[in-house]
Amino acid sequence: MKILVCISKVPDTTAKIAFKDNNTSYDTNGVQFIINPYDEWYALVRALEIKESQGGSVTVINVGGAENDPTIRKALAIGADDAVRVNTLASDALNTAQNIADYAKKEGFDMVFCGKETIDYNGSQVGGMIAALMDMPYISYASKMNIVESKATIERDIQGGKEVLEVEVPFVLSAAKGMAEARIPNMRGIMAARTKPLNVIEPSNTDYMTEIVGYELPPAKGECRFVDAENPEELIELLRNEAKII
Amino acid sequence: MSIIVYVSTKGGDVLKSSLEAVSYAAQTAETSNQEVVAISVGKVNSMDELGKYGANRLIQVQSSSISSFQPNLIAKAIHEIVKMEGSNLCILSHDLNGKAIAPILSVEMNAGMVTGAVGLPDNSDGFMVRKGVFSGKAFANIKILSENKIVTVMPNSIEKKEFKNTTNVEDVDIELGTPRITVIDQKIASTDVPLPEAEKVVSAGRGLKGPENWQMVEDLAKELGAATACSRPVADMDWRPHHEHVGQTGVAIRPNLYIAIGISGAIQHLAGVNQSKVIVVINTDKEAPFFKSADYGIVGDAFEVVPKLVEAVKRLNA
Repeated sequence: MKILVCISKVPDTTAKIAFKDNNTSYDTNGVQFIINPYDEWYALVRALEIKESQGGSVTVINVGGAENDPTIRKALAIGADDAVRVNTLASDALNTAQNIADYAKKEGFDMVFCGKETIDYNGSQVGGMIAALMDMPYISYASKMNIVESKATIERDIQGGKEVLEVEVPFVLSAAKGMAEARIPNMRGIMAARTKPLNVIEPSNTDYMTEIVGYELPPAKGECRFVDAENPEELIELLRNEAKII
Repeated sequence: MSIIVYVSTKGGDVLKSSLEAVSYAAQTAETSNQEVVAISVGKVNSMDELGKYGANRLIQVQSSSISSFQPNLIAKAIHEIVKMEGSNLCILSHDLNGKAIAPILSVEMNAGMVTGAVGLPDNSDGFMVRKGVFSGKAFANIKILSENKIVTVMPNSIEKKEFKNTTNVEDVDIELGTPRITVIDQKIASTDVPLPEAEKVVSAGRGLKGPENWQMVEDLAKELGAATACSRPVADMDWRPHHEHVGQTGVAIRPNLYIAIGISGAIQHLAGVNQSKVIVVINTDKEAPFFKSADYGIVGDAFEVVPKLVEAVKRLNA
């Protein structure tokens, strides 16, 4: 199986969120970046497991500038065979998807894996767009997947439950919790990653359909109001008469 | 002109998340004097609710090829209706169904898209929508530049408004081709409110010491009409089912009321619940980081506090 895994670079989960330039851009000062957890833990690791049991290759693709290279190298250290970076700003989902789909069409992949969403822009967009652009079936929020020859059996989350389905390659999926367990790169992987190919290609698409105008931080949370543990009934009173929520 | 809104159904009833999308469409239509056209795949039982949330018409797509959830085909069906209606704005819920369909539709319509909107479009200078970013830690205002537009609405984030519309129904047959996905099994949760749609959630963590102690959590949830949830370690230790795990890797929720019992409030957990309207934290450790994000707190032993809360709610309900 020839598998393409889309990876996004995101601020670490614990990173401080602040903005600069009059709240028009994210302040990366002092921020540590990671591979988007859903892309890494679920999509990439499951792709590697399939390659290890059935052969084939795993390519990772990222859209972004050269500052993303260390993050991409981490995916190579975990075990991807090679990497591609589309050298353009990833600020609009359709633009990003078009660039990935154009590359994927040219190279031909049996499966394209994405994470269910990124933890920075929380879009859940790129996977489905790639599928539509390549005219492939899209399976979102996959929590389990197995493949025998060309037929995959996948469990996906739908509103209010789960479904098990069968689909023939090629297809695109977005990976959610349950697909695989996180892997930590070992020393050999880290050494090997230095010499694995990381090809930089220029964008095939330069249209942007959306534009981020600015950011806002949520209003500061008021002080927590403490209720005496000896008298927890007061909490119910407050929820009814003050918060008016029950 | 009309605004198109896709509605998901379960046994013929429109899902709550979809009704919110209808309300979003109706409130958007009000300011621009447009008609709200809902689309469902298959029959909807009752028009009353759709009318109350603001739909003027419902188009029921009948297609022999969609007997299971087929996002690619549903997107195609919506696009056909969008073309028939000459519309350029389509609204869906940012629920699991919408997340599967909307990106495909965006390619079909060649539309710029904002997913997870938490506010109505601002038309004062172009078309701008507000959404949560950085897992609830900030908001972004995003402009859609293209002529065709798609907005998906974050569940439980839009103020409802009552309309008195009568929803007229039309049936449309669309040939959509053969599905490429074969659904072989479906596990739809019981009649309880699914966690992502719940307005009240009672959640518990490792502080409860073992799965045998969950009865009081369930009792409190039952009395409040709430769904139950849990923290990641609890799901990982199989004390509770994985679909109850809320947090960054599990389900992200934004109920009106979130009660966290014996959960310290790690940043990964907060990322999944920090947009709840009111947060109550019950913990023995007064230094638990969760109290910083809480509206109400009780420093105390859950095994003493929670049964008293159950009794208090019972008295209230009596």
